Amino acid sequence: MAFEDQRTTVYKVDPAHPESETLPTLRTEELLLNMGPQHPSTHGVLKVILELEGERLVKSTPVLGFLHRGVEKLAEDGTYHQFIPHTDRLDYVCAMYNNFAYCRAVEKLMNLQVPERAEYLRTIVAEVQRIIGHQFWLGTQALDIGAMTVFFYCFRDREILLDWFDELCGARLTTSWYRIGGVERDLTPSLIDKLKQFLDYFPPKIDEYIVFLEKNRIWLARTKGVAVISAEDAVSFGLSGPTLRGSGVDYDLRKYEPYAAYPKCEFNVPVGKNGDTYDRYWIRVMELYESVKIVRQCLEQMQEGPVMADVPSVTLPPKERVFTNLESMIQQFKLFSQGFNAPPGEIYCGTEAHKGELGFYIVSTGGGKPYRLKIRAPSFIHMGAFDYMSRGYMIADAITLFGTYDIVMGECDR
Amino acid sequence: MGLIQLGRHDKDGASDVITTTIEKAVNWARKGSLWPMTFGLACCAIEMIAAVSSRYDMDRFGAGVFRASPRQSDLMIVAGTVCRRMAPVIRKIYDQMPEPKYVIAMGSCATSGNIYDSYSVVQGVDRFVPVDIYVPGCPPTPEALFDGILKLQERIMQKRVFVTQPAQVKASLKV
Amino acid sequence: MHALIKRIQETFATGMTSSTEWRGDVAVTVSRGKLHEIALFLHDDPGMDFDYIVHVSSVDWPDEDERFEVVWEFYSIRKRHRIRLKTRVPESDCVVDSLTDIWKGADFMEREVYDMMGIRFRNHPDLRRILMPDDYTEGYPLRKDFPLRGRGWRDTFDFLDEVPR
Repeated sequence: MAFEDQRTTVYKVDPAHPESETLPTLRTEELLLNMGPQHPSTHGVLKVILELEGERLVKSTPVLGFLHRGVEKLAEDGTYHQFIPHTDRLDYVCAMYNNFAYCRAVEKLMNLQVPERAEYLRTIVAEVQRIIGHQFWLGTQALDIGAMTVFFYCFRDREILLDWFDELCGARLTTSWYRIGGVERDLTPSLIDKLKQFLDYFPPKIDEYIVFLEKNRIWLARTKGVAVISAEDAVSFGLSGPTLRGSGVDYDLRKYEPYAAYPKCEFNVPVGKNGDTYDRYWIRVMELYESVKIVRQCLEQMQEGPVMADVPSVTLPPKERVFTNLESMIQQFKLFSQGFNAPPGEIYCGTEAHKGELGFYIVSTGGGKPYRLKIRAPSFIHMGAFDYMSRGYMIADAITLFGTYDIVMGECDR
Repeated sequence: MGLIQLGRHDKDGASDVITTTIEKAVNWARKGSLWPMTFGLACCAIEMIAAVSSRYDMDRFGAGVFRASPRQSDLMIVAGTVCRRMAPVIRKIYDQMPEPKYVIAMGSCATSGNIYDSYSVVQGVDRFVPVDIYVPGCPPTPEALFDGILKLQERIMQKRVFVTQPAQVKASLKV
Repeated sequence: MHALIKRIQETFATGMTSSTEWRGDVAVTVSRGKLHEIALFLHDDPGMDFDYIVHVSSVDWPDEDERFEVVWEFYSIRKRHRIRLKTRVPESDCVVDSLTDIWKGADFMEREVYDMMGIRFRNHPDLRRILMPDDYTEGYPLRKDFPLRGRGWRDTFDFLDEVPR
């Protein structure tokens, strides 16, 4: 007896087993499965409602907003300098790159020239942040797929760099070392020595990470051919960074619209072919090598000089003088409480953060506070393509998707 | 009456020598096997992950087994900004944890909302969940988190196990 | 005048209401009715070739008649030029054409603009709130008349009473 139902799927009789003719037909229906917002995958508070047919995803609806902190509204309430710590907490895995993107945007608005040594320092620290960002990504992506050893190895090396940041600016994670007009303080000789030691120590470690994964059958099966997106679709969705470069589009703002010390360094931008998870993984690992190259070149080319632009109406005075000199103290106080006089107008400035194009659209009507500050967060835009990318894959691949998109909820929800 | 009297003494609610020893053993077992639940919300989660990794190894305190399910855990480390939209989820998960359960509010956002005095951030997770230990910092370094866990362990050692709580204390546990 | 602005002005004599070029950014303000046509031109025309959508944003000017300004920013990966497209809508009739049929990425970005500012997008496939919960009744947070600390939602915990303790 069969259920006569619109949703009934009738299974054909297998000639090898004629007794199946008498078995009842199975009734199937789609299942709605809720994933998150609390789940062991480390990418934060993300909820996805999966419509499943068996194990295959038919449609997945991401539900965002569980970490919406109202940062854009808070920006309108404070001065430009006061917003720098907020930017740290956007993409909290590599916090300084957000500082960099924001400071660049405000400098574009104010038409400020940053001194050359500061540009080199910014580039060095930005690329070291890219290294820790990609290490975190690799560790958590491998952990999600099941390779726990890679996680411990990546985090072991990451700790060395976090100590370096601790010595540089006092914080391991949410550093705010960049300032509008330059950086807060110079690198000490001890920091430069430690960095040089790390640059010698690290490339063999990248080889180690690759050795774990490149020929591992499980890794290849879970990443090759998973979450494929074509170049045209990726561009139409606004994807950027390694997610876009995996599909063969070599859009990298460091090459297309060079800034800081990147024009003076020689480096390659790895580009994938197939647009699948494996290509994106490979790109990020290759970018680790390229970052080491860039930092080495910057350390060689860097000359002595000031680390902060000398525009007293905009840039902050050095901290030592604030506590000893009255004019500097007043300058610091005024800049933080009232802000500097920004010209009326609007700008957009995009930077190649390690996840993609991080941009700030700032509208100013004069005065010390931004009128409107919009954050173009790559994670949010990548979530827009999540549904499209996930159709037809299995539930376990949804976790791989979080990883390959490299989503951080602090940036996604702001 | 007798040697073992599980329950309140008539005079002062103190328990006798055998129950105190068993209490100590139970508390020692509880503090040495705190199973936290993965509840990383924002940036503090990264420091929590660093605390579990190879350098700062949380497993040496017995607290390294991070369970994904609230039914199997007894410690909820609320690490990160608590947004009002996430609040019912946190409360539901807290209610799903079996007794005895403990909550650590890790970081300034979970303690008091931090710099996010905006329309969607709850100013502290203790507004709807009872908190045992507050660990300040933005984010607190893994050492600070360990300080919090060790203080929680001290606190667990002081708890009474075989004494029934007076009615007022029980009522005050409701948030 | 910038070459892009000239091109748009030649093709759409009446559509473009104003243009600016400041700090290297090119911005073109168009009338609401011509928005979709001009956007299609920007995407399809081989000389323009704006295939990459950067962001969709909105600004609130409460003192003006046409209160809301919707801003799109596009980039051309092949031609390497940028443009900002803006349009104004009054509060009484804050509806704009959606550009999701031209750039797929506009989907989530326009939902965010709706959520934060209250501007509706005609022909959007799924116009719902995205960052705030679906049943959020206090209004649209990024408007200038919305208080920073909200209207009390963040401090009310109605779910506490539902839970048996």
